[in-house]
Amino acid sequence: MNINMTLIGQTIAFAIFVWFCIKFVWPPISNALHERQRKISDGLDAASRASRDLELAQERADATLRESKEQASQILEQANKRSSQMVEEAREQARAEGERIVASARAEIDQEVQRAKDELRAQVSHLAVSGAERVLEASVDEKAHRKLLDKLAAEL
Amino acid sequence: MAGNNPSPTEYIQHHLQNLTFGYHPENGWSMAHSAAEAQEMGFWALHLDTMGWSIAMGVLFIWLFRKAGKVATTGVPGTLQNIVEMIFEFVENTVHGAFHGRNPIIAPLALTLFVWIFLMNLLKLIPVDYVPEIFLRLGVDYMKMVPTTDPNATLGMAFGVFLLIIFYSLKVKGVGGFAKELSLTPFNHWSLIPFNLVLEIIGLLVKPLGLGLRLFGNMFAGEVIFILIALLPFWVMWTLNVPWAIFHILVISLQAFIFTVLSVVYLSQAHEHH
Repeated sequence: MNINMTLIGQTIAFAIFVWFCIKFVWPPISNALHERQRKISDGLDAASRASRDLELAQERADATLRESKEQASQILEQANKRSSQMVEEAREQARAEGERIVASARAEIDQEVQRAKDELRAQVSHLAVSGAERVLEASVDEKAHRKLLDKLAAEL
Repeated sequence: MAGNNPSPTEYIQHHLQNLTFGYHPENGWSMAHSAAEAQEMGFWALHLDTMGWSIAMGVLFIWLFRKAGKVATTGVPGTLQNIVEMIFEFVENTVHGAFHGRNPIIAPLALTLFVWIFLMNLLKLIPVDYVPEIFLRLGVDYMKMVPTTDPNATLGMAFGVFLLIIFYSLKVKGVGGFAKELSLTPFNHWSLIPFNLVLEIIGLLVKPLGLGLRLFGNMFAGEVIFILIALLPFWVMWTLNVPWAIFHILVISLQAFIFTVLSVVYLSQAHEHH
């Protein structure tokens, strides 16, 4: 219970232990702890960043999907329009073609009729000449009456 | 038990006597063989048991924490590292809360104080007769095992803290600033300088004294109770010994904590300008 040199000895021992602690004990533990704290906070940061990225990516994917759907429907609509247009065009063409065919047929028919008429006319004139010949019992000089006959044929 | 059938007084005195080596006026440098001899040695004596056990505990602390520090990884910590880190963070948080300055020495100082005092206090939970009896068999007369029941140990640490308080007061405030703080607070008037000086110097000296005596008082009182309990018949001892020991688990850590926190607070005050 006496106060003696032990007091000084304790102070010295205390100083040495504190010095040793400052020098060799505190730094490695402190470093390891703070390094781990940093790592954990980095990890948490990275995780939150990743989840934010994921959210963004999802949003982007949604947007792309929506866009592509829209595009698809647009394309579909266009295609529909185009097909109906094509049908319409084809119908128009077919109609025009039909009309043209009808017209050309009509023209041909007219031509045919004209030719038949001409032939008929020629035959009639011939018949008329031969009939007149038979009636007159004399040969009519075809050359002499040519003019007359042509006139007759034209009148028919 | 020490000696042959000692009386309770002898038993208690024996258990409270340190193993002393010092300069005896008649015998020169020698071991003290009785309390009276130790008394006669005066200041020039060393408590070998106090020094030995405290240094052993200090070395244990350094070794454990150094070992944990060496293998400290930033990955998953092991058991020892976990315990060390828990204590470390506890001390770091305490210092962070109590110390309002920037000084890289304070936190390691607090860690050393806390763990060292805790380990020294912990020796108290070893039954009071075990170690003295073993040493008696080995021919050592006295063995007061718990260093913190020796005022030399507690006041020695408090003295170390006191030196740091003075050092940082002078370093941060300068000689003039420190002198001004001592002489012009609490009453800022020249006529009251002597009064202020007396008040402040007493206040300053009370810090280490209170620090050391608080720890010593608590530990010594607890030790005396343990010794008194040891005087009871062996079959009834446990009824008092067990609750007292369980209670002392609290006291041991609490006193270590109080010593540490107060040291940090005093050092924080030394860093503050008024």
